[in-house]
Amino acid sequence: MTDNKTSGNRLGVKGWFAGGRWGMERYIYAIHRLTGLGLLLFLTIHIFESSMRIYGAPVWERTMAFLDHPLFAAGEFLIIIGFAFHAINGLRLVFLELGFGVGKAIEPVYPYRTSVQVQRPLAIAVMILSALLIAAGGIDLFFIRP
Amino acid sequence: MKRQDVQERIISVYIHRFDPTSDKKPRAVLYELAVEQGMTVLDGLHRIKETQDPTLAFRFSCRMGVCGSCAMLINGKPMLACNTQILDVTDKALTVAPLPNFRVVRDLVPDLAPLFKKHVQVNPYIVRTDGHEMESPSGEFIQTPEELIKYLQFTYCIKCGACVAACPTAATDENYLGPMALAQAYRYIVDSRDDGFHSRKSVVGADKAVFNCHYAGECSAVCPKGVDPARAIQFMKRELVRDYLLMRRHTAPLKARALNDKSKEKKTPLPVPPYTVDR
Amino acid sequence: MNKTASWFWFIAAGVAVFIIGGLHMAVIHLDGIAGIFNPAGGSSLAWENVSGRNGSLVFAVSYVILLGAALYHGLYGLYNIVSELGISEKANGLLKKALLAAGVALFTVGAYAAFAARFITVS
Ligand code: SF4
Ligand code: FES
Repeated sequence: MTDNKTSGNRLGVKGWFAGGRWGMERYIYAIHRLTGLGLLLFLTIHIFESSMRIYGAPVWERTMAFLDHPLFAAGEFLIIIGFAFHAINGLRLVFLELGFGVGKAIEPVYPYRTSVQVQRPLAIAVMILSALLIAAGGIDLFFIRP
Repeated sequence: MKRQDVQERIISVYIHRFDPTSDKKPRAVLYELAVEQGMTVLDGLHRIKETQDPTLAFRFSCRMGVCGSCAMLINGKPMLACNTQILDVTDKALTVAPLPNFRVVRDLVPDLAPLFKKHVQVNPYIVRTDGHEMESPSGEFIQTPEELIKYLQFTYCIKCGACVAACPTAATDENYLGPMALAQAYRYIVDSRDDGFHSRKSVVGADKAVFNCHYAGECSAVCPKGVDPARAIQFMKRELVRDYLLMRRHTAPLKARALNDKSKEKKTPLPVPPYTVDR
Repeated sequence: MNKTASWFWFIAAGVAVFIIGGLHMAVIHLDGIAGIFNPAGGSSLAWENVSGRNGSLVFAVSYVILLGAALYHGLYGLYNIVSELGISEKANGLLKKALLAAGVALFTVGAYAAFAARFITVS
């Protein structure tokens, strides 16, 4: 290969969202990663925060009082959103990535019906189900919680 | 086509130009193009090159969707320029850019060498251990239609690189093996004549390979040949997991069957297919 | 561990988090709607409920399993995302070691708390 001066043209992290006309599965891919990172961050904090219970009732109650702030409630709601989406979509991915729900290999005849179209109902179900769970968690958090 | 169907319209074509000797970054250049019914993007590029700007560079060869030279980003989607009619995409503005996730050599020409290198890594041929049979064949390999359909879809790949351009993992990681090579690895692994699962395992089951696919599905959505690499990749994950759990049945690869060996043939003769022409 | 093995356990851990973590989320966040495993009623985070769950061996064990599975699943995912950003091979190796160390440390803290809390409540 000649040593051409060439322009790198990699889409980079921006390419998770931008750079073309993409399908919904790509945005789901990106959201799955972002919610995953968020949940991991929360898990790290949560391990320390919930460990406060080993110091007994007074410390626990002080911790809870400290966390009883609208800002933390909003954070908690973010966790509910992240967890609901990541869990339901994760289930879909487990199925797909083990080769279920992507259809059988077929002779491709135009217009092609690919595995993406085969699994599309699952992707839509993920959206609906996680929306329902998020609504339930939100109602509990903001309206019912004593 | 009826005469009155032929309509001409002027559209704006934005072409991403890049000249390695003078440009640091690609720049979009606007051309006006008279488009007629049936004109492909490749035709349009030729027209611009002939009538407006002879320095425009793009790559093509077969101009009929079989060589895989002309994939480019057409209004945000990786597609074959020769296989895409302009009026199917737009009747106002067309943006043509080089294939993302590859280095640009010049204008619309991507450097596909890394793609081919990755293809070579997965041993894209039938792997067998019976060297003698390969050197001096004693017969032919007979596959059933069911055995054929398992890999047929994946053989249609023309190595155009559109799938890699669409892949969000390839967008950040240039060492990712990519949908094309992975689909080709699976194409040989499911072939009943092939015995190369274990020799390919170390490539496709390594870091930066099959498990770095997280099913964004873009490769299958853009593939101009309906290859469906995402499907092949998920099937491959299943094979590897089965192998890990010791649940993968090892079936010996197909044996060659001598042409004059009638012993295994069914006794009932095959039905004569109906005539397709009047006699 | 080769990539197939580590990926398989990543998936298995994900399923475990789905089940145990889903239950955990239901206990804590659907307390008003479902109200399960909250012996004293009311808020799932009230000390009576928290200590009630702490005292139960089933909860302690499930917390530890959840902790291990969630940490493995999360840190493996983080490793994948970061290594896919196209970092050098050397950085990749360092990343692996750092995440392993972080995982072991966090697991120790969390597992210790799960059992220590149990003794506080029991004694
Ligand atoms: S799989 Fe499809 S998109 Fe990818 S290189 Fe082959 S033909 Fe092109
Ligand atoms: S020129 Fe050969 S595929 Fe387009």
